[in-house]
Amino acid sequence: MLHIKCPHCGMRSQNEFSYGGDASVKRPELGKDISDQDWNNFVYNRKSLRGKHWELWQHLAGCRQWIKVERDTGSHEIFKTLKAEEEIS
Amino acid sequence: MQKYSVFSLIKNALSNHENWDLAWKDPTPKKEYDVVIIGGGGHGLATAYYLAKEHNITNVAIIEKGWIGGGNVGRNTTIIRSNYMYDENALFSEFGMNLWRKMSQDLNYNVMFSPRGIINLAHSDAQMNVYARRGNSMRLNGIDAVLLNREQVKEIIPMADFSENVRFPIFGGLMQPSAGTARHDAVAWGYARQADSMGVDIIQNCEVIGFDISAGKIKGIRTSRGEIKAKKIGLCVAGSTNILAEKLNMTLPIETHLLQACVSEPVKPVLDNVVTFGAGHFYISQSDKGEMVMGGDLDGYNSYAQRGNLPTLQHVLTEGIAMMPFLSKLKMLRTWGGIMDMSMDGSPIIDKTHIQGLYLNCGWCYGGFKATPASGWTFAHTIAQDRVHELNAGYSLNRFNTGHLLDEKGLGTKTWIS
Repeated sequence: MLHIKCPHCGMRSQNEFSYGGDASVKRPELGKDISDQDWNNFVYNRKSLRGKHWELWQHLAGCRQWIKVERDTGSHEIFKTLKAEEEIS
Repeated sequence: MQKYSVFSLIKNALSNHENWDLAWKDPTPKKEYDVVIIGGGGHGLATAYYLAKEHNITNVAIIEKGWIGGGNVGRNTTIIRSNYMYDENALFSEFGMNLWRKMSQDLNYNVMFSPRGIINLAHSDAQMNVYARRGNSMRLNGIDAVLLNREQVKEIIPMADFSENVRFPIFGGLMQPSAGTARHDAVAWGYARQADSMGVDIIQNCEVIGFDISAGKIKGIRTSRGEIKAKKIGLCVAGSTNILAEKLNMTLPIETHLLQACVSEPVKPVLDNVVTFGAGHFYISQSDKGEMVMGGDLDGYNSYAQRGNLPTLQHVLTEGIAMMPFLSKLKMLRTWGGIMDMSMDGSPIIDKTHIQGLYLNCGWCYGGFKATPASGWTFAHTIAQDRVHELNAGYSLNRFNTGHLLDEKGLGTKTWIS
């Protein structure tokens, strides 16, 4: 089982969280011209590589906050967690 | 090639089975091939077989990082079906069903195809309506579908929970009587043996490191066993698709996720069919050895680990026990995991790419095994003719740009949600 350190609540079991996908995906800015390709990249296309992966999780059965987690998709090791508003460095 | 028959079995029994031919060779890679298939799983082996058989292209190599049949074709729950609503999925899968029906004779290898029927259980009136609609769509496409009421389901699977006061009572179900199971390893080995006998080189323990591309054309691959030139290259690597796509500077509508399966200790025959739970994601069948073969949800986060995590297994088996309470008495024999190429609409991609001579076969989600023959057949056609067949025209990569999605379950792009 994964143990995820919620930046608000501390270390909790995976059972309390729900997954939200790749955190590096950015929605194209409103009011700007974007190409179909930009939009496709946002909606559909994903790198999904083996190794370090920044992803969104929601502490659904806890503080209900969305958080960012850096996890290895091969070993499942978790390196770092951030609050949703904190930028990935 | 030695033909397998009852006579060859008796003959070899007399010499203590010491004189059987090797089922396939272990060749050194040549410098150049007409076609290189990357990935020695079910789909890759089937593609090579149909390239040789249907298109007379035999200067073919299959490049496999590990050993053939060691990935998802050896890790699935062996279910074969064509119970789809959309025409593209239904016609493609039913074409595959016809290949399954004659596969053992075609390959001279017993794949133990067992059309035992699949029942999708319904737990509400609304779900019965949805199943009636899907069943009608299937029948319009020439696929057998029977809508069962509660009593009819009870007659077929009396061991399911038919009590009145359960959270998800069984209202009925949709059955495809011609669906079933097959011996998964035999499918890989049968295709490998026939492909090898027609001249295909099966090269194992050979990892693809990079691609040689010039002027928008594929020229060959760099591997851990040297460079191999090829006019055409087909990618058939399921859960590793994104890793190879990165080497090609492609980003695909695919995420790699972990899916678990498990078997119980063997018990006496109790379940004749494949049964799926309608209020969650759980399916079950009984193997010829008596084990209950079960599976369900993805682990729920991007993963390349070919092993599972317990919370998902517990969740899936809770559904199983809700459906068939006797399962709680069984001991678990084995659990395992494989990595799935989850596409953004739940349907696969079999298509050409923007690189000339490079072909893509991926996005099989939960349903790769049953598609093995149809996938191999259509991918071989796409590679040999350099154009898609009408059976896989709907499985284009471009559909994500044009909006012609094949989202059978209406789930959208959250591939990890079932």
